Amino acid sequence: MNFDDTPHEAEFRATARAWIGANAPKQYEDELRKSSLGRTALKNANILEVAKAWQKKKADAGWACLHWPKEYGGRGSSPIERVIWSQEEGPFAQLSRMFIIGHGMCGPTMMAFAREEHKRTYLPPLASGEKVWCQLFSEPAGGSDVAGLRTRAEKDGDDWVVNGQKIWTSGAHYSDYGILLTRTDPTVPKHKGLTMFFLDMKSPGVEVRPIKQASGASDFNEVYFTNVRIPDHQRLGEVGDGWNVSLTTLMNERSAIGAAVSTGFPELFEYCSSLMLDDGPAIEDRAVRSKLANWAVKASGLQYTSMRAISALSKGERPGPENSIGKLVAGSMIQDVATYALDLQGASGVVSGEDGELAGRFQAMLLRAPGTRVEGGTDEIMRNIIAERVLGLPGDIRVDKDVPFNKIPTKGR
Amino acid sequence: MNFDFSDDQKQLRDQARKFLAEKCSPKAVRVVLDGKAPYDKELWKGLAEMGFLGVAIPEEFGGAGAGHLELCVIAEEMGRANAPVPFSSTVYLAAEALLISGSDAQKKKWLPAIASGEAIGTLALFEGKGNPAPKHVKLTAANGVLNGVKKPVPDGAIADFAVVAARTGSSGRDGDISLFLVDLKGAGVAVKSLSNLDPTRGQAEITFSDCKAEPLGAAGEGWSILTQVLDRAAVLCSFEQVGGSDRALEMGRDYALDRIAFGRQIGSFQAVKHMLADMYVSATLARSNSYYGAWALSTNAAELPEAAAAARISATQAFQHCAKNNIQVHGGMGFTWEFDCHMYYRRANAMALGLGSLSYWEDQLINRMRKKNAA
Repeated sequence: MNFDDTPHEAEFRATARAWIGANAPKQYEDELRKSSLGRTALKNANILEVAKAWQKKKADAGWACLHWPKEYGGRGSSPIERVIWSQEEGPFAQLSRMFIIGHGMCGPTMMAFAREEHKRTYLPPLASGEKVWCQLFSEPAGGSDVAGLRTRAEKDGDDWVVNGQKIWTSGAHYSDYGILLTRTDPTVPKHKGLTMFFLDMKSPGVEVRPIKQASGASDFNEVYFTNVRIPDHQRLGEVGDGWNVSLTTLMNERSAIGAAVSTGFPELFEYCSSLMLDDGPAIEDRAVRSKLANWAVKASGLQYTSMRAISALSKGERPGPENSIGKLVAGSMIQDVATYALDLQGASGVVSGEDGELAGRFQAMLLRAPGTRVEGGTDEIMRNIIAERVLGLPGDIRVDKDVPFNKIPTKGR
Repeated sequence: MNFDFSDDQKQLRDQARKFLAEKCSPKAVRVVLDGKAPYDKELWKGLAEMGFLGVAIPEEFGGAGAGHLELCVIAEEMGRANAPVPFSSTVYLAAEALLISGSDAQKKKWLPAIASGEAIGTLALFEGKGNPAPKHVKLTAANGVLNGVKKPVPDGAIADFAVVAARTGSSGRDGDISLFLVDLKGAGVAVKSLSNLDPTRGQAEITFSDCKAEPLGAAGEGWSILTQVLDRAAVLCSFEQVGGSDRALEMGRDYALDRIAFGRQIGSFQAVKHMLADMYVSATLARSNSYYGAWALSTNAAELPEAAAAARISATQAFQHCAKNNIQVHGGMGFTWEFDCHMYYRRANAMALGLGSLSYWEDQLINRMRKKNAA
């Protein structure tokens, strides 16, 4: 048991560190380091432009999408090299957030299902950040139950004509392309009538409307499709096989091993270490210490769980299922941490933004936190996944499994 | 990075699991649970023969000379099997105290006897209510004899010798405490068994009356040695707790698959599935924290105090969580003497107190994190 790099890993790390040291946009390092959930904007720069510039620079030097094949804009790296890179990239990895969906989900789906000429055309600019991609799966009628989606695609000559609405689409407002899951046959059971496409987000009939979230910010969008034409050669996988294609996309979500999940604990510990309460320093208070200790072991437990997965990668093995706990634990924890930080502030905890304590850091965290427990799989879906795939418990009873889609009830009452 | 046990260590774990599955069935545990024997002597002998008792004891003192990582994997299996033997008191407490502070003669006398299964040892620290603290140590040592009462002493009624914490000064500082080695079969020792939460591991009250004792470690160093012993034991116990958590989770999972109610497996109801998923989460966090503790213990890293406290808290919470919800998944049957669920519930809650309760370790963890941040 040790935390040492192999000689090859050490060499790779040194090369990556040297390149990052010489090329990263250091002027933003401090701000990026201090960013936390709900607050990642840069004060005097457009984070989108800074992120695109950093991504392009990485791509030009061969440091973009490390695990992708070279011919598609990647580096052909091993999984462990990718982890080492992200460790070395540190706070600058925050700048990759806008590319996560494109690089983590759309790219791999294109690689698995797109025609060769499309891969060579679309993947390199996706890797370099010159083009941004989004994923159009969720709908008002299909969130956790994504196979319940209703957006229709109907064949018309060599094209498909798409009508419907998507929702919760991260980054659609700055995306150039998207992968789109549609219903092509409503007369068969829901999982069997789906088909996947990719499309140009500037196509006529695509309308993106940012959603004003409960936090006040807008990270997600509604996307409306009105008679949008998509050529058949942009279909990914067979007609009616969209569900299996989407599973490829969703499985790639798991590849984000080693990416640190945000728990809010380091921020809270730092805060409590200097905070004065009526009776003395917060860190000396029995109740505060107990809370901190309980969160500390969750945060360290997640960190070491991730190290176990990295160790498996380092040995060329597949990581075990234990990494599936990360999002579930971190999501509700950061919400609880933020709530407690405000409790410690007393009545003034109500003040948010620049006038608030620490410029409203924990207030912003509290308001953004509910989203973390929903996006990318709700807490309840994550528990189902653990129960079914890890513990081998039975799947939920699905009353709509064998019913033609157009016969499934659409209203509760 | 290789933050995992080696193939050899995993093989040792499999070997221990197989051995315990054979020699330490729930039926065997019940012999002790039902009060028909104070501990499982046959199993103890078998553990000695397998070399498990002395796995971390150097060869020159009769052990296998393997190391603490090997001891961690065996500890996990002891917890999984709910073994009714004085393993933790003898191996984690007494043997570790000797390894840290024993003279060559003391090590030669006791360590080979531990490894061979001839001697059961324990640590006599507590004197009634309260968590580990120098101020609670009232038992006195003067002119080579001890006077005072220790309780609870784990496995005190079956132990052959004890490491005893005694007061040798009154300055109000840690240096007031010294450690002594006592042959419990000698004069001046009165032992009384105490009823306790987990009958598969006894607790006792020991009264020392002008009892002869020899110093263990330097005078006034007692508290510093004890702190190290408790940290090591916290990591080792955390592996027992991880093993127990996994077993309780498995029992709950298996029952949820077997049991039919309302015409379906109860494990198909989300209320049950999600309870089991949360148990898996606790058990996984505990395992990862314990692995870090194992690394720190085996390398004697500066991180050990913090790692030990984190492993202790995380594994204590996980075992309590898994053991109590295992009963809940079983419903009424889980609350019968006949089902094995309560054995893990008892063990989980007894272990949660043995080295000091959660509130003590929470305090320790924050102190140690602050110290690290200040450094």
